[in-house]
Amino acid sequence: MSALLVALGAAVGAPLRYALGHHFDGAWHRGTLTANTLASLVLGACVGWSVEGSTLALVGTGFCGGLSTYSSLAVQARDLGPRQGAAYALVTILLGLGACALGYVLAGG
Amino acid sequence: MTPSPRLLLAVGAGGAIGALARYAATELVADGSGFPWTTFAVNVSGSALLAALLLLPLARRSPTWAAALGPGVLGGYTTFSATSAQARALLADGRAGLALAYVAGTLAACLVAVTLVGLAAPRLPEEDEL
Repeated sequence: MSALLVALGAAVGAPLRYALGHHFDGAWHRGTLTANTLASLVLGACVGWSVEGSTLALVGTGFCGGLSTYSSLAVQARDLGPRQGAAYALVTILLGLGACALGYVLAGG
Repeated sequence: MTPSPRLLLAVGAGGAIGALARYAATELVADGSGFPWTTFAVNVSGSALLAALLLLPLARRSPTWAAALGPGVLGGYTTFSATSAQARALLADGRAGLALAYVAGTLAACLVAVTLVGLAAPRLPEEDEL
């Protein structure tokens, strides 16, 4: 049952990331950055709410996991070159951590 | 311009499969409370595979397959949100050194992986880097 919910959540999250990237990715991959930040915010809120079981599978593992991506982040950072790539990765990581902490706090964690 | 429904469906189906593989990996070897090795391995292997995507003739021939396998399967397989949540939990636990090692270690390992694979594989077009 959990596996089905993980698949279902990702089937929504992954195309949403793809559409965001399609619309907003330019020199700075703002679409992917938005997807990764948003997913971190929602997952932080899930943890803050102590969401478990089916809901965590659907929203946390499925949707947030599908919405966010590390593989594209790595390839994009590489292709941006050492300076811009490092800046892009660093901004993504800091925004992700910040968004996750914000979601956690907002959810009363 | 919105991506075609065909590409969105391909990414959705691929994403579901990739997320299932990640879920299976973490069910098999749970991350526990220390260094999240399973998520680390998922992200590094997924990044390497994405960099290698265009070594696959199927992905070179068909944009739909490239979308299904790249941003779909491998985008769904890898996760950034989990690394954020794990790092946050380590920080909240007072284990800042471990959090830093995890975040920096994941990024460094993924970058090394895609750079090494990139020596042999064709560069991905922008929309496939999602």
